[in-house]
Amino acid sequence: MSEQPKNFGFGEDETMLRDSAQKFFADNCSPDKIHGQVAHDSNIHRDIECIWDKNLWQQIVELGWTAVCVPEEAGGIGMPLVAAVAIAEEAGKAAFPSPLISTYCATFVLNACGTDAAKAALGDIAGGTATTLAITNEKGSWESSDTDVTVEGGKLTGTAYFVQDAKKADRFIVSAKGAKGVGLYQVEASAENLNIIADGIIDLTRDQAHIEFSGTECVEVAAEGAGDAAIDAAMPSMLTIVSADIVGAGEWLLQTTTEYAKTRIQFDRPLGFFQAVKHPLVNVMLDIDRTKSLVYNAACSIDCGEDNTELNARMAKAQASEMAVFSSSRAVQFHGGIGFTWECYVHIFFKRQMHNHVLYGDAKYHRAKLADMVMGKAA
Amino acid sequence: MSEAQRKDTPEQAEFRKYCQDWLAENHPGRPPVKLPQGALELSDPDALEWLQKWQKSAYDAGLIGCDYPVEMGGGGKENCQAIANAEMQKAKTPYLPNIIGMGMAAPTIFFHAQEEVKAELLPKLLSGEHIWCQGFSEPGAGSDLANAQTFAERDGDNWIINGHKVWTSLAHFAEWMILLARTSKDDKYNGLSYFVVPIRENLDKGVTVRPLIKMTGETGFNEVLFDNVVLNDRYRLDDVGAGWKVAMTTLAHERGAGPIVTPASGGMSLEEDESAQTNSVYALIDLAKQQARNGKTAADDPLIRDELMKMMIRSESFKQNQRRASVPTLVDHPMRIPLQFKLVATELAQDLQQIAYEIEGAASSLYANDDNAPAAGRWPLAYMNSFGVTIAAGANEVQRNILGERVLGMPKSK
Repeated sequence: MSEQPKNFGFGEDETMLRDSAQKFFADNCSPDKIHGQVAHDSNIHRDIECIWDKNLWQQIVELGWTAVCVPEEAGGIGMPLVAAVAIAEEAGKAAFPSPLISTYCATFVLNACGTDAAKAALGDIAGGTATTLAITNEKGSWESSDTDVTVEGGKLTGTAYFVQDAKKADRFIVSAKGAKGVGLYQVEASAENLNIIADGIIDLTRDQAHIEFSGTECVEVAAEGAGDAAIDAAMPSMLTIVSADIVGAGEWLLQTTTEYAKTRIQFDRPLGFFQAVKHPLVNVMLDIDRTKSLVYNAACSIDCGEDNTELNARMAKAQASEMAVFSSSRAVQFHGGIGFTWECYVHIFFKRQMHNHVLYGDAKYHRAKLADMVMGKAA
Repeated sequence: MSEAQRKDTPEQAEFRKYCQDWLAENHPGRPPVKLPQGALELSDPDALEWLQKWQKSAYDAGLIGCDYPVEMGGGGKENCQAIANAEMQKAKTPYLPNIIGMGMAAPTIFFHAQEEVKAELLPKLLSGEHIWCQGFSEPGAGSDLANAQTFAERDGDNWIINGHKVWTSLAHFAEWMILLARTSKDDKYNGLSYFVVPIRENLDKGVTVRPLIKMTGETGFNEVLFDNVVLNDRYRLDDVGAGWKVAMTTLAHERGAGPIVTPASGGMSLEEDESAQTNSVYALIDLAKQQARNGKTAADDPLIRDELMKMMIRSESFKQNQRRASVPTLVDHPMRIPLQFKLVATELAQDLQQIAYEIEGAASSLYANDDNAPAAGRWPLAYMNSFGVTIAAGANEVQRNILGERVLGMPKSK
């Protein structure tokens, strides 16, 4: 275990990557453009669509973003997690519709598998294969051993639920129970005996689906009995990267709402004059800063190979989930009448934050886990 | 080697080594008397004397005031105080008693006093021989500090001071006071001037220091009355009417946001046993493991566990925020985290101490004068005392204004 660097490991390379991500999103993903794309149909009974700009995906693949967390020996760049955190933060700030966060989560799980098949899948990710995890059951359990899919004779049967960015993904990493325990299996989105049923979801910047497997051919990336351990090992990184997205989205909500509070006049004064608006916005800032520092700390502890990564990551996600709710609710409230409408961009980020808030467990879930870790199980 | 050491210049590295060696030889050990939580709470003269002895020895060794010029009693070094502070913290030394003197008076004197006044006052301030106090708040001027009405009237080379200051920590021990007083009633802000006043030598010449009793029943601070106190004009800092500007120098340093690094020693645990502290979430968890609530162990109650984990997360985030604040590329506004410090630290402690009531359940009703009070009654006592710091130094409502205006750029709420 090496001592944590004071700067959380944000060196020159990581800072440059962050700056280039900022530029990329400023050039390609203005809120105006995103809203025009993903919010073109406000009908509550609209057809379920998956809207994203695949051309932008090609560009970020060329920029090497999918290769950031893939080790060099697997064909990636092998940068520390803080590099991916820097990108995810900017992606959240832009409410970027893409399978990037999902692909990072799949990358972390494949990194933990340690098999040749997993290494090959990692190489594909570096080359731009959008990959997502299908590891959640019908009841929405975030526990690694819970799956409704079974494996027998190299074929998958059953349904995986709450699969993130399923319609954008080229490939799934599926957890399935076999005779000797939970294993992980790679399935192409184009495979036969596979039915991807899109969910109608609130977040306009993502898509989600449940996937039916009916004797679907698959490639083993972690053997029976080794799959849940790989998910557990990857979970701190997964929680950290989702929390980084929350930090970015929170910062957009803070900045946008602050700007509105400076310009919107009521009772002959800008809204921000009134402490009923000013003070809660300061509280949003405090909440974002708490989250950001915990996220950087979690990422850095993972990069340093510390043994308390689960503790640090659960603290980060618990705090991030609270902030996701607080930053988005205050943004709608302080935008007042306009904030309640479809035309105001705030709802895009509100919906992304509320999705982020529950993804891989909300604050209460993680605090219960933390209490068991720190205080021991309750009698 | 730590990150900080790697960045030391050769001079700084030499100074760090010197501090380490000196502290290894000269740590004062544990105090012979019970010390309060912080210097502002000092009431026992024996405790003060022991702490003054410690400050003087560290000053004589060059660990305190090292960045001030030699002719002002300083060490004449550059960027060395932060090193001495870090080494004292690491060596777990006791805190320094002249906290207002070093943290607020010294930088204000340095930036605004006449040269000979700097040379006269700073040596004994830095050595801790002269304790300083702060005469800002008044019965009618708390958060609205610029409303101060204590009046200084010009009389040839002197000023005649009349008025009433409150919340004056350490005044009962202080030789000197920094004083914000009104010199004109025509203009709220530009009618203020700033003085340093030798209050002890004026105790029989118009200065009265009286203890104020806190809501806990403890004494801790004072009110100071001025009745025709005569002060020479040399003790005015900066121009007549520039008092508000000078006060901003004081307040910036009070918030840890000024250019001069305050000498700070610390790290010594006041209680040998960490679970006896009232500002640590881990002490609160220990309390929950020992304490029954509604007939069960509090630590087994899922709602209490959830509250404890919230506090653990907030404590850790506070620590990590300080770490991030020191990395310029990871903050978008240089004052964004430093200006949060007071607000966040005091509310964190207050909320921790409030949860102790829920953990203690029915027994939280017992006070320090009851032998059956859990943890000798120190959690409810700490909770009540916590309001001192959420109110002091600009109430937290004022801190939120400052953050909203200076960092987020929202319009002023006045």
